[in-house]
Amino acid sequence: MSLQVSDLRVYYRTLAGDVKALDGATFSIADKEIMGLAGESGCGKSTLGNSLIRLDGRMKYIAGSVTLDDNVMPIWDKTGMNQFRFRDVSVIPQYAMSAMNPTCKIGKMTEELLESRGENFREIKPEFLRRIDLVGLQRDVLTRYPMELSGGMKQRMVMVISTLLNPSLLIADEITSALDVSTQRAVAETLVSFRDHGFVKSMMVITHDMSILYQIADSILVMYAGKLAEKAPTSVVIERPLHPYTRMLVSSLPEVGVRYADKKLTGIPGSPPSLLNPPTGCRFRARCPLAFAKCAEEPPFVEVDTDHAVACWKATGTDA
Amino acid sequence: MTGTLNADTKMESVSGSPTNEPTALPAKKASGEFLYFAVRSKKFLVALGILIVLIGIGIFGPIIDATDPVAQNGIAMQPPTADPGNWFGTTYFGEDVFAQFANGLRATFFVGLLGGGLAALIGMAVGFIAGYFGGWLDEILNMVTNVFLVIPTLALLLVIASYLPSSWRGVPFEAIFIGLTSWPWAARAVRAQTFSLRTRDFVDLAKLSGRRGWKVIATEIAPNMSSYLFLTFILLFGGAILIGASLDFIGLGPHEGMTLGLMMYNAVTWAALNLGIWWWFIPPGLGIMATVGALYVMNVGLDEIFNPKLRDI
Amino acid sequence: MRRYFGRKLFTYTLTFFIAATIDWLIPRFMPGDPVAGLMAKQGGLSPEGAAALAQYYNNLFGLDRSMPEQFINFWIALLHGDLGRSVYVHGRPVTEAIMGAIPYTLALLIPAILLSWWAGNSFGALAARRKWLDNTVLPIGYILTATPYMWLGLVLAFVLGFSLRIFPLSGGYGFNLEPALTWRFFTDLVAHWMMPFLSLFMVMFGGWAIGMRNMIIYELESDYSRYLEALGAPQGLVRKYAFHNAMLPQITGLALQLGVIVAGSLVTEIVFSYPGIGMLLFNAIKSEDYFLLQGIFLFIIIGTLLANFVVDIVYIMVDPRTRVGMRGGTA
Repeated sequence: MSLQVSDLRVYYRTLAGDVKALDGATFSIADKEIMGLAGESGCGKSTLGNSLIRLDGRMKYIAGSVTLDDNVMPIWDKTGMNQFRFRDVSVIPQYAMSAMNPTCKIGKMTEELLESRGENFREIKPEFLRRIDLVGLQRDVLTRYPMELSGGMKQRMVMVISTLLNPSLLIADEITSALDVSTQRAVAETLVSFRDHGFVKSMMVITHDMSILYQIADSILVMYAGKLAEKAPTSVVIERPLHPYTRMLVSSLPEVGVRYADKKLTGIPGSPPSLLNPPTGCRFRARCPLAFAKCAEEPPFVEVDTDHAVACWKATGTDA
Repeated sequence: MTGTLNADTKMESVSGSPTNEPTALPAKKASGEFLYFAVRSKKFLVALGILIVLIGIGIFGPIIDATDPVAQNGIAMQPPTADPGNWFGTTYFGEDVFAQFANGLRATFFVGLLGGGLAALIGMAVGFIAGYFGGWLDEILNMVTNVFLVIPTLALLLVIASYLPSSWRGVPFEAIFIGLTSWPWAARAVRAQTFSLRTRDFVDLAKLSGRRGWKVIATEIAPNMSSYLFLTFILLFGGAILIGASLDFIGLGPHEGMTLGLMMYNAVTWAALNLGIWWWFIPPGLGIMATVGALYVMNVGLDEIFNPKLRDI
Repeated sequence: MRRYFGRKLFTYTLTFFIAATIDWLIPRFMPGDPVAGLMAKQGGLSPEGAAALAQYYNNLFGLDRSMPEQFINFWIALLHGDLGRSVYVHGRPVTEAIMGAIPYTLALLIPAILLSWWAGNSFGALAARRKWLDNTVLPIGYILTATPYMWLGLVLAFVLGFSLRIFPLSGGYGFNLEPALTWRFFTDLVAHWMMPFLSLFMVMFGGWAIGMRNMIIYELESDYSRYLEALGAPQGLVRKYAFHNAMLPQITGLALQLGVIVAGSLVTEIVFSYPGIGMLLFNAIKSEDYFLLQGIFLFIIIGTLLANFVVDIVYIMVDPRTRVGMRGGTA
């Protein structure tokens, strides 16, 4: 197994108390697997993705373990994680468009970054150039400053840099959110090609756009309000989802050819609970059409089928 | 540069101050939230406390101790003692230093208020017009602002002030002239912020519903910049005080009345340094330093209150 | 690039023109008559003497010509470097008086600006990294930067000069010495220079330290810093980039602060009777020497414009984005 996460809890410190953004995540990603991480804004998916590589200023590690390729990753230890960063786990950040130093030429920045990590830039350079070709950029981009590139070009550049050392796990955080649809497709296809070429072993693609995941992900993990809701292979999530939240999420996707007059788009009424003082029991209870008495007790995230886990009393057949 | 750009304020405001880069401002804040953070901000409370004490001395001092600051009643060159009426000692001529200090504080605050306020008004007017209407109006105003930004304010003021006949050399006129020459920095800052706000959706909405020009500025843009405008005023206030003190110290101050800068001018002119009459020049400078320092710290404190990203946890 | 400099040069030339014109305009539009003012100070003149003196002053000010003619004469004289004659310096040309004072002022300003900028920025950067240093540097910085220049000068003079008698209280060099290329004269010069220099240095240092500290914190929280840390870059590399990027607004800040710094050096010189432009100004005002005043004003303007221009050039060299923007290189 490539990545194993067990009961990971990461909170945010605020003036008003701890925001329980990620409250117990247990899952695994196999080699060569592209797992999509989906959910609405504030569900904790970015927190999960970021905690695997770098805890931001306000993030506080509470509990849980992360193992990558049989090595325990000390995510609570800023310096201890350094040996894993870039080589074993890497990230394409949400802010990829501003991720490069604006006053430094791109080639120079990459060289200094690699040298500082103990890599020999001259040896890596040919492969670097080949990958730049692969994503459709000109080789002279290395002599340019970030401000000379368009948004999409900067995105692709960051994708190349982040995967340069062939990490085992690549975390792609909302990388299609700011792009137009055709560019989204190009970027998504590039991601898959990275996996197919062997540049990365496994990938975690974080997005709120299920349709992208449908195209490229092997499995999808759905989160809600800091907890895991459902994880299953993509086809299962889209066609036979078990968790009520997943079902409503999928059914809110517009289908090609179906007209609004014939079938109205359904949303999910209500809004997610506050994570400062989250409600006891199942966090989706307030908005769930299937909620019943047992939901006052928090459902565990259990496997109901091969590679299919759900956190719902109704789905696991435990009736009142 | 970041940083601030008042030709009359100091460098720490260069960065981290309102004029650094136009940051995205939150919409109108509920006053309740302001109070919540205000009472928890050490910087704000301490600074406010110091200012209140100084203002108190300035307002009530001359009332309680009605000694005429330039009356040469006392024994010359007395060091300060704990006796009432001699807290700060006497000058070379036997004048009461405390009376001078209290009256000087009054005048200094007045200069800050009038000078800073005037500069704020002009700066805002120019900044709003240039930032909102854009086009050739912006070009012209920008050129004018840049020209006056480069000319050192003090140099300009000393040419103006040196030709003024004595009847014009009062504290109000000094304040007005300071106000007329310190606005360029504020204009630039307000313009930059207006620029970033005018492309926002709520402005478009206001325009769609028929509001035009000045009304949009007054009802949509200005209220959303209110914290920024207030901070700008505070910096201008402090700057006006410093410039006024410098003018007085060079000898271009008012002929009547007493200001803190004037006290130091007199002290130096009458060899207080060589004679060791430190109580003549230490209190006025200390008063200015306390006032301006409190204003700067309050500025930082208010910045933290208004901008959640800056708050320490 | 040429367009950029062309534009800057145009603005500066325009500024000089406006400043000089204001300088020329003000005495002529002030309430009251400068000649009458000067005359009022000469007591006890006979009517013929008074008339002759009035005629002389009018001639000097050029008030007997028409306005446009006065304006043109002013500019002709200006471009010839003729700023009139000084009353205070007993009839010597103003230019000569100013040139005599400038070396002292520059000797004070240039080291103070450069050293305080370098030291303040370094300390500010250090403070941004170490909490304990930050807790001391920050309040000291705020106190220093809020201190009026002349008052710090007075305090230093009193403590170091009067009480402890380490440094001399006034003058550019000892009254008993003649300027000569001797070691003794040089050390005496430095001894007199030390306190005004320290005074200027300390106030400016506070401002730069605080500014740099804020900028470094801002840069360390920026996206590119986060990305580098996410990829495991060592702190040294992140700090190196942050420092470089934080310097840029500090350079522009320097240009904007020039007005304040000049004002500060003027008053500091007055405190120490240091024979620079500030002291000259002080005496010019006392003796109502209008030509000297105007001359000093123009010199200050020219100096400030030159310094601004230098900073512009330095900035272009240091920030690659400005060069790219001019190349028209944005995609």
